[in-house]
This record gives sequence, structure tokens and C-alpha cells, in this order.
Amino acid sequence: MQIQPILAALKRHKAGTFLIALQIALTLAIVCNALFIIQQRVERISRSTGMIETDLMAIQNMWVGLSDENASEPLIKADLQVLRQLPGVQDALATNSYPLRGGGWSTGVRLNPEMKKPAAQTTQYFVDDHALATMGAKLIAGRNFRPDEVVAIDPKKFQFSPTVMVTKALSDKLFPGSSALGKQIYLSDGTPPSTVVGIVERLQVPWKGGFADNFEANSTLLPVQLTGNFTTYLIRSKPGQLASVLKAAPEALFKANRMRVLPSERGVRSFAMVRQDAYKSDRGMAILMGIICVVLLGITAAGIVGLTSFWVGQRRKQIGVRRALGATKNDILTYFLTENLLIGLGGVLVGALLAMGMNLWLMKQFEMARLSPLYVITGVIVLLLLGQGSVLAPAMRAARVPPVEATRSV
Amino acid sequence: MFAYYFQLGLRSLRRNPILTALMVMAIGFGVAASMTTYAVFRATSNNPIPEKSSQLFAVQIDNWGPEDTKNGEPSSSLSYTDVIGLMAAHKARRQTAMYPVGPSVIPADAHLLPFNVNSYAVYGDAFPMFDIPFLYGSGWGAAEDDGHAAVVVIARAINDKLFNGANSVGREINIDGRNYRITGVMDSWNPQPLFFDPVNTSGFDDPVDLFIPFTRAIELKMGTAGNNNCNKNSGDGWDAWLHSECIWAQYWVEASSKADADAYLRSLQGYAAEQQRAGRFRWPPNVRLRNVQEWLEFQKVVPPESKISLLVALAFLLICLVNTVGLLLAKFMRRAAEIGVRRALGASRREIYGQFLIEAGTVGLAGGLLGLLLTGLGVVGVSWVFDPKVARLATLDASLVALTLLVAVLATVMAAFYPTWRAAQVQPAWQLKSN
Repeated sequence: MQIQPILAALKRHKAGTFLIALQIALTLAIVCNALFIIQQRVERISRSTGMIETDLMAIQNMWVGLSDENASEPLIKADLQVLRQLPGVQDALATNSYPLRGGGWSTGVRLNPEMKKPAAQTTQYFVDDHALATMGAKLIAGRNFRPDEVVAIDPKKFQFSPTVMVTKALSDKLFPGSSALGKQIYLSDGTPPSTVVGIVERLQVPWKGGFADNFEANSTLLPVQLTGNFTTYLIRSKPGQLASVLKAAPEALFKANRMRVLPSERGVRSFAMVRQDAYKSDRGMAILMGIICVVLLGITAAGIVGLTSFWVGQRRKQIGVRRALGATKNDILTYFLTENLLIGLGGVLVGALLAMGMNLWLMKQFEMARLSPLYVITGVIVLLLLGQGSVLAPAMRAARVPPVEATRSV
Repeated sequence: MFAYYFQLGLRSLRRNPILTALMVMAIGFGVAASMTTYAVFRATSNNPIPEKSSQLFAVQIDNWGPEDTKNGEPSSSLSYTDVIGLMAAHKARRQTAMYPVGPSVIPADAHLLPFNVNSYAVYGDAFPMFDIPFLYGSGWGAAEDDGHAAVVVIARAINDKLFNGANSVGREINIDGRNYRITGVMDSWNPQPLFFDPVNTSGFDDPVDLFIPFTRAIELKMGTAGNNNCNKNSGDGWDAWLHSECIWAQYWVEASSKADADAYLRSLQGYAAEQQRAGRFRWPPNVRLRNVQEWLEFQKVVPPESKISLLVALAFLLICLVNTVGLLLAKFMRRAAEIGVRRALGASRREIYGQFLIEAGTVGLAGGLLGLLLTGLGVVGVSWVFDPKVARLATLDASLVALTLLVAVLATVMAAFYPTWRAAQVQPAWQLKSN
């Protein structure tokens, strides 16, 4: 196939060539970045919380009319007793927060009180000895909390806990190459250290992204029940009985004590709902970008079909002349395919630069990650194939132009 | 002539239904994507209090020092020590310290369950400052602030729920087991974004149900329902926490002129300098005074999702337009012979321009109508992508309808400039000769 005559012909159709190339370039830039956004969101959505999420539910409880912060201590104890004895309930836990909840405590961890900057950031889950069983989190070293270790403290008075459990991610961050088990860490300044008694395989922090991205699995569990106005319950039902517990648990709580508010919006949720709420916008963004990609590729393909058809119509006479001079149908077909490939190559070259430029700008404005070249390469291949695919029908029509066309006046 | 060209345009569009459908769809999709995302962007970048946004200022004071602040920017919240110090100085025309609280209302009717109310602890100045409208009664005054009085202002919705909408001013309401006297019932008041507290709400939340005096909330040791940030261990108990450098309160001032605002900024620097002299701050004064729009910008209340999707949608529209340029070019040039005849019969270039631009406008109008339909669907579907509290603000109102049609027609006519110019360049002699 000779490139020279194709280039010469394209020079006579500068506008059309430029428009197709521009469209391919812009489409490539958008599609690459959209695919990248989709991949990032999907990766975030598919992260594990470290808990067994089936048969799990959460209740958000607010106490009404407490005389002081400590007045909720016996109320929490009574609630836990009610919940743990409820038919269909396997275990229950009072905590300040849980993975994907959205709000919680975070603090810096120091290895010695003199350290100026914390060695790692962590969330703090204030729980009791039922935490691992209720959450379904896995202990991989050390021991669980003992019931006699658990103390109730006013959140404003909390200073430190002598024993804690940490996740493996936090242990690795604090003691690379070894284990935090048995070591001492400082969760606050000016307080005594806490001894790590257990390591949990994985437990996500309450936040799903943003500022928590660099410590998403750094969690610390403390054998402390925080009193105060707000208490969160995590409840694990016996297998398959979640639906009935979702109804029975709030009823039982109100029966035990009606001076409470379970907010209508997020008061009682199965963990599947928690997950759905947490990742709603990520899923939506991924779907939106997906739709945009598909529509965009469709429109670009349609544009190529339209312009190429026009060219074929314009050049019927020339095609007839070529056919009369001995060019085969295949030659004509290859001509249009090659022509499109040349335009496409020009387009993707500019498009790849545009895609990376757009990514750099997004990185600066929205703290996005760097676009992997894999996406650009995939995008380039997809667009070149799309171009070839859409030029096929008009090119085949061109190939069917009979040689006799050369003898007609138009 | 316009009507005739419009008819010609319609006829020509019917001649290549597939090509026409392609163009209409491209414009429809492009415009709909842009308009849907613009509806969200418009809602999130709205000025919530246009008549006063340049007179209300959020205060920032750096009480943590360069070690614990990012890029030298003071934190967005203030410590109790600072807001009380500024309230005592009383240097602005009006001012209020504020923080969110989450008390529960216990209905007098024993059959009803207590319910949570979205509340703020403020000073009495807040009502005239924020232009809060009243259905009955009014806010409270300085006497109630100073006396830590048990008074409240409730929202219309709460008044409807508890008092069936009757004038409840002077009646009592039980909050967390204590009685409060109602001084006023707000009429519907729901500025979005919630300019006075983007720090704790991300800017979009349900309307405020209740206001109680700041001094009363502190006396009752009501903790913040929002964020509490400490750079050091706050120590043991409420009093230690209250007087620590933990930050959790906001401070707003009203200044009616630029000169007043400048004067207030100077007094703020004076306050920080005084704290430095007293040894509390070991760094030079670092304060900020931002008006409502600057504050919302600084707090980044427009969600990044909104900006990214608007940008992607605009790029999408651009591609659709490039596509339209190509297709119009193909469509117009195919009619070179027809143009040649018209020109030979005496039509001027200007008339060719008119005819083809009107034809393009027809395509744009059709695209706009399709775009309107899709925008309607898109606005319903935004809750898929955005937080429901943001999504419900995006609406298809008259201005958006007009904008959708206008953008569609204008964009298509602009896209048609080059193809039309090419069409007008057709040499009549050339076309006629080959025929």
C-alpha cells in the first residue's frame, strides 16, 4: 500500500481530516481519564472492611435527658444485655464507630513520648471483649481483651488505656519487619504508654477516602466503653436471621428505655445498607463515567461514518477510474482503511498528550493519582479499532463502486 | 424569508434522516450532560445570602502556631478562649460565636417519642445578622445572652409538629429534660450552602430546627455535635477541655462597609498581638477575615465530583460539536450543485449564509428539545452520583430550560459557521459546468 497518494488526497480535505483527528484526540483524552476514574472508584468500593459483613447491622443511638456524661454507663450495659439475649442475635457490641460509618476518632501514634511527629495515624475504636466476635474480625497474634480489662469512661475524661489491639497494617507501619505485639505505643501526648496485646488481620477506618486514604487500615481497638450522649451498637445475628433482628432490635431497645432517639435516616441499618450509603457517590461516579465513555465512543464512531461516507460519495468517479485501471476491490477497501488509520494515528498522538495533560491538571486540582500509561495505551488501541470498525461500512460501499462509474460524467 | 428558509431547512433535514438523527442526538446528549451537571454546579456554588454576603465575615485565628497548621493557614474553627475573648471585646456592629449541638425535644404528649433536633448555639445577634425570617415573635437580646437564659427559637416545622402551627411564643418546650421559653418561631429558612457552618456540614444539610443561647449551652456543658480538633491532649474533664486549645466553634461578624471590615481586621490582629504579648501565642498574629463567598470558596463547598463531572460534560459537549461540524460539512457540501443553482439564479452569499445557518439552527433546536428531555431525566438521576442532600438542590426550572435550548441552538449555529462559509464559497460556474 502506498502512503504517498493517500497523504496527497488528505491534503485536499484538510477540514474533514482535521475534524476527525480532533474528535479522536478529544475522545481519547476524555475516555482515558474517565476509565481511570472508574478504576479508582471500583478499587475503593472493592476494599474489604476486615469484617464479615453478612448478618451484621448497626444502630445509631442518642440518649435523651442524661443528667451527666456518665449517666449512660448503666444504660449501655442494660442495652447490651437486652441485645445479647434477644432471640436471633449471636453477639452485640457498643462502640464509638465502625468501618464505613463516616465519623470517628483519629489520633497520631508515637513510639516514644519525645517524638515530635507521630509515626502513624490511626483511628480508635472504643469497644469491649465482644468486638472481634461481633465484627467477625480475625485475631492473628496475641489475645483478645478480657472482660475485666474493660472500663467505662466519660469521653471528655478519656486519657489512655493500658492495653490495646492494633491492626496488622498499623503494626507494619510502626514496626516495619517485626510485630507490634507486646510493644508499647503512645496514643496521646503526656499520657502513659499502651501495651499491644493483640494483632487483628484487618479492620478499616470509619472513613472511606479523602484524608483517610493514607491510613485506611490503621485501626486501634481499646477496651473502653465511652459513655456520653451517643452510642453505636453493632449486632451480629445468627446466620440468616438478620431481617427479623433488624425489626426486633430497635423494638427491644425502646421497650427497655424510651428516652432515646434512633435517627430516622441512619438509625437502624443492615451493613449492606451501610456499605451502599458509604459508596453511593463512588458507584454513581463510576456509572456516570461509564455512560459518558460509551456515548462518546458511539458519537465519535458516528462522526467517522458520516464524514467517510461523504468522502466516498465525493470520490465515486476517482474510485471508478482506479477500478477501471485495474485496482481490485481489496485495493479500494485498503485505501480507505489506511487513510483512516493515518488520521487515527495523528489523532491518538495528540490525544495521548491531551490525556496526560488533563490528568496532570486533575491531579493538581482534585488530588487524583497519576494516570497509568496502560490506560493511554488501551485507549489508543480502542480508538484505532473504533476508527477502523466505523470506516469499514463506507469503505465496503466504496469497494463496490463499479469501474463503469469512470465513464459517467458525475 | 426566515420562515421560508426554516421550511427549506426542515425539508433538507428530512432528506437524510440518519445524518440528521446523528446530529440531533449528538447535540442532545452533549447539551443534556452539560446542563445536568451544570444544574448541580449551580446549586452548589449558589450564593446563599446574596443581599448580605459581602457584609458577613467568618473569623479565623491561628491558636496552634506554625507547627500544627497547614501552609500557614489558620484552622477553620476557633477555641472557646478566642470566641469568648472576641465576644467580650465586642468590636463589630454585630457578632456571634456559634457551634452545632444535637439536643432532643421531649414532646409533652407522652405517647410521642423524643426526637433529635438539628440545632445551633448562638448569640442573639445571629438573627438580624443572618436575616432569619420570623413567623411569630423574634430572637432574643443581649439580656438573655448575659443571663444564660433558658430561651429558644424554633423552626416552623417544629412548631407545626408540637403546636399544630399555632403561635407558640411564650410557651415552653422540653429539651433534654429542661424547659425553655420560646421567643420566636422562624419562617422557612434554609440557605444552601449552609454558609455559616460548612466546617461541620460540608455545606449541605437539613435546615436548622432550633437555636439556643450559646451561653446557656456552655453552662449546661452541651458538647459540640460537630468536629472537635485538638493539637494536644485536652486534659481531664469538661472545664479542662473548654479552656484548652481544642477548636470547635465558629465566629461571625457583620461589617456594613469595607472600612468597617478593615477596622475589624485590625482589631483582630490587635487581639492576636495581645495574646502573643501575654505569652499564649508564641508566633506573630495570623488571622483571616473572609466574607461569605470567600469563605465558601475556601471551604471548598462545591464538591469535587460536581466540578469534575461538569468539566467532563463540557468536554463531551465540545466533542459533540466537533462531530456536528464534520457532519454539517458533509451535509452542506453534498448540496454543492443546489448551491450553485441558487447562486447562478442571483442569490447572494449573504443569502446562502442565512439559509444554512437557519438550517443549522433548526438542527440545534431539535437537539435542544431532545436535550431538554434528557436533562429532565438527568436531573432526576443526579441522586445516583451525588449526596442526596446535594442532589435535591438540582432542579429543572424555567431558567435551566431556556438555557438548555439557548446553548443547543447557539452551539449548533456556531458549529455551522465553518461549513456555511465553505458552502458560500461554492463557485456557481464550476457546479453548473460539470452538470
